[in-house]
Parts: sequence; structure tokens; C-alpha cells
Amino acid sequence: MLEIRFHGRGGQGAVTSAELLAQAAIAEGRYAQAFPSFGPERRGAPVLAFARIDDHPIRLRQQIYEPDVAMVLEEALMKIVDVEAGMDERGLIIVNTMHTAAELRERYHLKPARRIWTVDASRIALEGLGRPITNTTMLGALINATQCVRLDSMKAPLDARFGKIAEKNFNVLKRAHDECCAGEAR
Amino acid sequence: MKTKLNPTWRELELGCTVVEAGTSAEYKTGDWRSFYPKTDEDKCIACGVCYLFCPDHSRHIAPRKKKVEGAMYTHYFDFNFQFCKGCGICAAECPTGAIVMIEEGKK
Amino acid sequence: MKNRIEVGKPVGIEVSIAQSEVVAQCDVDVIAAYPITPQTHIVEHLAEIVADGDLDAAFIPVESEHSAMSACVGSSAVGARTFTATCSQGLALMHEILYIASGLRLPIVMSCVNRALSAPINIWGDQSDIMAERDTGWVQIFTENGQEVVDQTICAFRIAEDRRVMLPVIVNLDGFSMSHVIEPIRFYDTKQVRGFVGVYQPPLRLDPAQPMMFGPVGIPEIYTEAKKANDVALIESRQVIEEVWAAFAREFGNAYRALETYRTDDAEYLLLTVGGMSETASVAIDALREQGVKVGQVKLRLWRPFPHDDLAALLGKARGVFVFDRCLSTAGPGGPVASEVKTSLYNLRERPLVVGFIGGLGGRDVTVQQFADMVHKGIGYVAAGAAPVYEMVGVRE
Repeated sequence: MLEIRFHGRGGQGAVTSAELLAQAAIAEGRYAQAFPSFGPERRGAPVLAFARIDDHPIRLRQQIYEPDVAMVLEEALMKIVDVEAGMDERGLIIVNTMHTAAELRERYHLKPARRIWTVDASRIALEGLGRPITNTTMLGALINATQCVRLDSMKAPLDARFGKIAEKNFNVLKRAHDECCAGEAR
Repeated sequence: MKTKLNPTWRELELGCTVVEAGTSAEYKTGDWRSFYPKTDEDKCIACGVCYLFCPDHSRHIAPRKKKVEGAMYTHYFDFNFQFCKGCGICAAECPTGAIVMIEEGKK
Repeated sequence: MKNRIEVGKPVGIEVSIAQSEVVAQCDVDVIAAYPITPQTHIVEHLAEIVADGDLDAAFIPVESEHSAMSACVGSSAVGARTFTATCSQGLALMHEILYIASGLRLPIVMSCVNRALSAPINIWGDQSDIMAERDTGWVQIFTENGQEVVDQTICAFRIAEDRRVMLPVIVNLDGFSMSHVIEPIRFYDTKQVRGFVGVYQPPLRLDPAQPMMFGPVGIPEIYTEAKKANDVALIESRQVIEEVWAAFAREFGNAYRALETYRTDDAEYLLLTVGGMSETASVAIDALREQGVKVGQVKLRLWRPFPHDDLAALLGKARGVFVFDRCLSTAGPGGPVASEVKTSLYNLRERPLVVGFIGGLGGRDVTVQQFADMVHKGIGYVAAGAAPVYEMVGVRE
């Protein structure tokens, strides 16, 4: 089972990210869950969303404490949130940033062995969508890093969710898939 | 009345619904009466206030001729003593004081 | 009505949205509801379906849950298929009208998205809300995942409207940890769902063309008989519930029972759970079985009518029964489920030790490890031959 935690701010669409990903996995005939950090919604506040993907039916309904992947929709969150919380050594962090993995590791004192992938999702989203909303963009990097779903599987959930602007969203997702960088563990 | 007076739980209608309309007509309240209303026909102007206020619909409209200020009525208010409980509301509300309450047995 | 959602294969959908879609498939005539977290998505989405013109129904926005249930009583009395949803303070506000709905034998279907009761104010999941409505005379069913919510909602209308039942039905689902989760759910063809649920033909209804009186006074000479009639109706609804579940399994494939069992063969100890945390507990059962612990799980689906005899038969031979309640009966004889389970077992000649655990209150998570810990602790009590009346788990001392 793959467990993913999304770090975003209220209104950035972290919950939508988790939802789209789960829908893509389910459409592939696999099993998935997506859920928000339960509670009131507050624009701008740091929020969490979660997803589980598995080849078998998922019975776990407890929260995700030890994620395999942490998705960071905005680098600034790392100043106030411990995005590595609960992760073991194999855990992967994917960050929307214009910096390199090495720079992030130093700046936020991340574990030396931590795998870090980076992508400048804000720039890609701004160029492709006209707005720095990175929730769909970031999924491209996640798919490249984990192969958790097929790239094409994202099309149907994006269509259902975004209608006319679905194609633009798929394009930025695809670009992030192609442009993201795998950071070396030290 | 079709409904049994003290039904068993099996005999109750679903949700205790009263499935016949107007069953209060079966319930004669006239024998509760200790005073009865009497109308002074000379004072009565056939305004119908007694009919409107009667809580038990014992004031009803009956075919009966009466002349009031030159107009001839073919239907007119009358008491149904099967239902009149003798509450006296009609007497209290009558604008001309035409109705008086008289103890049962007296005239 | 067209199929709004792809039929026959699992789709990734939020459980709340799935329930409102299936309510629409069941062709309801009236929805009267007041929004309250975490039920909100259900009624919001139903309002959308009605506004989109995909469901020919009246959506009545009201000013409170008291009014919501009152409107439901009225609409059901005229013969309209009626749905509402609520939870927590909203359900508590409906309290007095819940008795009227069942007393008048009105087959309203309600979704209860189980949530804690204030104070302190808490919008998260537990089962305190529904447990306070145990005695309202409604059929009460629990679910543990989104598919069960969809299936039981379909069954609820057919159970409620069966002429042998004619009682309102509550379908319970856990707030947030079920209601707000996107998960795979299989939908059925709308025509098939409508065929299964059937057309509601009320035996009695308010109609000016044939006047009758709903809700007359029940004088002392009638009231006891009225309550006896309701009690028998709710007890005997069990037969119809079983029939509807069997028919559902034939038509749609998924089978349901009043008590679901998991790995209970040869089990010496049984963990009894209710609602959405049951699945997490099943994962704990697997882990314990791997360690060689002879433990199984019983999941209580049917809360009212209470499956008294089934429980006695299923639990009676175990050495220990560990009941997990998501509701505190403050200073009472244990969690509501545990105390009723004990009642079912008390008159048996030989009976297991029943240990009551209370947790998962106000959205507090309960993990696989915590369920395993409860089982180990329970086994310890059985070995010692005594247990506290109840104890709370996961509380900071």
C-alpha cells in the first residue's frame, strides 16, 4: 500500500489533488482512498490531505501516520510544518520549489538519507493555467516519482472535475511529470 | 361508530389513525349540559355570531323562515341540543343580548 | 431518470455524494433538511440534483432540524417518499419529532452522519448522537464503508415502506472518516434500483378527497395498546429486513446480515464493533490471528430491532467478548452497545466475560494497534476472571 500525505494551504486544492489521484487509481481497477484532515476549512491555514493506493481492498480507516510520500504544494510551508513527520528512511518528499534538493536539505535540515524530488510547479502552473494553483501540476511529479498511476489515467478525473480547463490542467501535470528532478540522497 | 371502544393493540389502526372523517358527530355531548341557551326571537338579528363562536357546531343553519328588518330569511340559525354542552359562549358573544342561559328543567 | 454515475464498475466518489446520488436513484418525492457538519455534502448535493432537474422532487430548506423532521412527517403523511439527513445537535433537536414519525408509522428514511454532541463543541465523529435516540422506535442500521451506505440506503426505502413494517429507518455512517472519504463504490442501474425499491403505496394517507385524522390524542385507555403495536411492529420488522437483504443480494450481489462475523470460527475471544471503525479493527484481527491469538470479530449492523437472540447464540460460547463503544453513557452501566450485549447474555447459564471499551470519541482516531491492545487487555481480564464496568481507551492520564 502506498500512503501519501499532501501539505497545502486551505484553498490551494490539496484535497482535490488527493481526490483526483484516488479516482485515477480506482478507474484503473485498483483500490484507493482520499480524505482531508477532518474539520473546518480555513483558507490560508496549513492543511493536510491524504491518499492510499493499493492492489487490494483497503480496510484501514485510521489516519495516515507514516506516509511513504509527502507532497509539499508550497515550499514556504516547510518553515512552519514538519513535512517529514512520521516518515521512515525510505520516505519521499516532493516539493514545489525553484531550489534544488540539496538546497532544501540544507535549508530545512532534512534527514541526510531523505529522498527529495523537486519541481517548479508554481512557474509551470502560472505559464499553463495563468494562476499559481499547483495541486494538479504537482501530481505529475508524484506520478513520475512513484508510478502510482498511469499518466493517462488522470485525464478522466480531470475532465469530470474541470470540464473546459481539464486539458490545460493535464498539460501542466504532464509538464511537471517531465520536468521534475530526482534529488540524490546523501 | 365503526371503531371499537376499547380495542386491543392488534385492532388499532396503523399509527392510531382515525380513518373515518367527522366521527365527532357520533359523540353526543348534549348530555353534559346543565344550562341551555334560549333565544329571544324579537331581539335576534340573524347575524350568525353565535354560529361562528359555537365550539361544538351545535348552532347550525336550519330551513326556517324569519323576517328581520323587512328581509325574509329562508334558512336560519337553530340549536342542535344533541351537541350543545351549555357552555354559554353564544350568550356571552350575542351582540343584541338575544340569547340567555337557563337552567335545565326550567323554562 | 438517466444514470448520472457510471454503472457496474467501482467509481471513486465521496461517500456523502454517493449517498445523495443513490437517494435520487430511489426516486424520493420530498427532501426536507437543514445543513450540519458533517452531513452537509449530502443535502447540498441533493439540492443540486433537484435544481439540475435530474430528480423530480421538492427540496424543502427549513430553519432547523426540528422543522426538517416536522416537514418530513407532513410529507410522508400525504404519501410522499421522504428523505432527510442530519447528525449530532441536529438529531438531538429532532428528538421529539422522531417519536412522532415512528408513532404515526411514517416510512421516512434518514441518514445520520454520526457525530459527537456538545459540550465542548465538537464536529467530529462518534456515535453519541444516535445512541441517544435508541428508543425512538426507528429501524436503525449501521454501515462500515461507502458501498454499504449505498446498499443500505436502497434497502432502507423498501424496508420502511413494506406494509408489514411502515416504520422510519435511520442509516448510520461515521462522520468524516466515512462521509468525507473518496473511495471505490459500485453503482447500479437507476431503473433496476427503482424496480427494487418499488412504488410507494401508503395504506393510509392524508387526502382531502378521503379525509382522515393522523395523530389523534391517545388517552390512557389507548396509549399502552398503541405502544405495544409499535413495539411488535419494530420487532417483526426483522423478518422483512432479512427478506429485503436477501432480495438485495439476489438482485445486486452484496449480502448483509444483522450481525456480520469475521474469523469467528474456533475463536475463544470476540471483539464486537459497530460502524466505520470495524474495518480498521478487522486489520487488527488479522494481525492477532498471525500471532496465534484465537480472536474473531462480530460487527453489529442492525441496532434496532436489536438482534438479541442472535447475539446470545453467537457470543454465548466465547470466553471473552470485548465490546468497543464510540459513546459514553456517562456514569452509566457501560457503553450503550456493551450494556445491551450484556443484557442479551445475562440469562444464559454459561456466559462470557464482557469487557467494555469506550473510545473514538469526538473524532479521536483509533488505530490497528489500539484495537490489538484492547484484545490483549481483554484476554488479561478473562484470565483474572474480572473486569471493570467499562474503561476509556486512548485517554491521557
